[in-house]
Amino acid sequence: MSDKPVTRRNFLYITTGTFTAAGAASLVWPFVDQMNPDASVKALASTEVDLRPIAPGQSITVLWRGKPVFIRRRTPEEISEAKAVSLDELPDPQDDAARAKNPEWLVMVGICTHLGCIPLGQKGEYNGWFCPCHGSHYDTSGRIRKGPAPTNLEIPDYVFLNDNTIKIG
Amino acid sequence: MSDNYVPKSAVGKWFNERLPLLDLIYGHLMPYPTPKNLNYFWTFGGILTFCLVTQIITGLVLAMHYVADADLAFASVEHIMRDVNYGWLLRYIHANGASLFFMAVYIHMARSMFYGSYKEPRELIWIIGVFIFLLMIATAFMGYVLPWGQMSFWGATVITNLFSAIPIVGESVTNWLWGGYAVGSPLLTRFFTLHYLMPFLIFALVILHVWALHVPGNNNPEGIDVVKGSQDTVPFHPHYVVKDLFALVVFLIIFAGFVFFVPNLLGHTDNYIQANPLQTPEHIVPEWYFLPFYAILRAVPDKLGGVILMVSAIAILAFLPWLDTSKVRSAKYRPLYKQFVWLFFANTIFLGYLGAQVADGMYLIMGRIATVYYFAHFIIILPLLGYIEKTKPLPKSLSEPVLSKEENEIIASGATT
Repeated sequence: MSDKPVTRRNFLYITTGTFTAAGAASLVWPFVDQMNPDASVKALASTEVDLRPIAPGQSITVLWRGKPVFIRRRTPEEISEAKAVSLDELPDPQDDAARAKNPEWLVMVGICTHLGCIPLGQKGEYNGWFCPCHGSHYDTSGRIRKGPAPTNLEIPDYVFLNDNTIKIG
Repeated sequence: MSDNYVPKSAVGKWFNERLPLLDLIYGHLMPYPTPKNLNYFWTFGGILTFCLVTQIITGLVLAMHYVADADLAFASVEHIMRDVNYGWLLRYIHANGASLFFMAVYIHMARSMFYGSYKEPRELIWIIGVFIFLLMIATAFMGYVLPWGQMSFWGATVITNLFSAIPIVGESVTNWLWGGYAVGSPLLTRFFTLHYLMPFLIFALVILHVWALHVPGNNNPEGIDVVKGSQDTVPFHPHYVVKDLFALVVFLIIFAGFVFFVPNLLGHTDNYIQANPLQTPEHIVPEWYFLPFYAILRAVPDKLGGVILMVSAIAILAFLPWLDTSKVRSAKYRPLYKQFVWLFFANTIFLGYLGAQVADGMYLIMGRIATVYYFAHFIIILPLLGYIEKTKPLPKSLSEPVLSKEENEIIASGATT
């Protein structure tokens, strides 16, 4: 601290400077935020899907928010395979029941959690999904088992509107 | 510059007295003292300037016909190729120009490494150069997205997803970059804007690069200091203007060879398929000039680790002037460094080869070894060499190595009397 007394001039200098800096900083935000998802993008945030045409062992891919979503009607073997896995074997431990509300229907975002490629269905060492880009293997519950991907395939928010329809988002 | 420019015309005089712009340009292009022994590796500065200007001019006219919208971009590029007068030529010059730009910049950087041009007092020239290289990478990547083919789309997806590796805020950052929840129109439009802006930023940095270069003057193949205006230097014009122009003509022959005979050799056929967000191509590869860095990214089994290592591979270049502890610049006088720097070049090319292969089995293992070697060169070999290497004696002047023993003795005796 200096011995010089605080003058009216010091006060005006500091407050003017602070207000200018705060004002300039607050103006930065609109320029940053304009890049965030806009209202028209957010408006497309939910998708309804009719499940009736899908037979056991079949999958469909729908677009939700510009992302592919896999909807798979799993076979009993796939379900039992997914349930039989011990959580200790998983890099990202998650119970199959936590991933599929209704065990028959597996709904997940079809984007590899590594770098965003689309995994191929019913391929790979665990009979689930395999990402050709950098070799990540997912099991019949979409859980990462081997390869560079850090986490399981993402489960989007969805609800069963009735037995035959789900709403994603 | 020492020789002041005196305009001959009255208008020139009038202008120069009010704004000495002609004086400035003249000083940097005409009398600028340059070491007399620069070889053809020193012509790439001029070639690179030519590349930048070519990209800006062809890019400007392409932008007059291109539409930056996910539904229209692919068709507008085909419209350029088929309908626009000479559109095919302009686009092929722009696309191949980018590749040749990188070829030239890699030779330019390798020259700097071989002859130690980044060392004191030229550190800042090198660092500005690293920033130019970074901007070139960003510009080229964004430019490759614009045609909106399959490789454009999936390249953009993979690279923008690198940001999702950032802990906690990763997802918000990627959504912010995308302006949505996946790669799409908003990203394409902003990439186009930035792709248009960045070459001008590069141009500004090039001016700083040349300005910083003209303070100490050029390094040279002997790597020794030369006294400006001594017998070791010659004026830039006509000596190096003509040498640079000759090299540029040779470069243009190669350039024309690509544009007119194999315009798609360096591209990927999948980019002639329109972007499809529901189908990933079998094998995503970046443009050839990114392959070494791509190989480093894939060498790491961890997502965040891979991203960090790839970014470090470029960032480490900025520290090169301090990682290299040797006071001797040119590899000509550094017997060990000369071998290691060639090994480094070979290793980097090898990484590029691995980047084009499927990352599996042996390729992955070799990729890891080559990645470790890449970093070891910078953080182990270079710092140690400065201490353990016995360098050869440096010549006293640029003339000494090319003159006979007798001639050198005459000069030495002449200097003493």
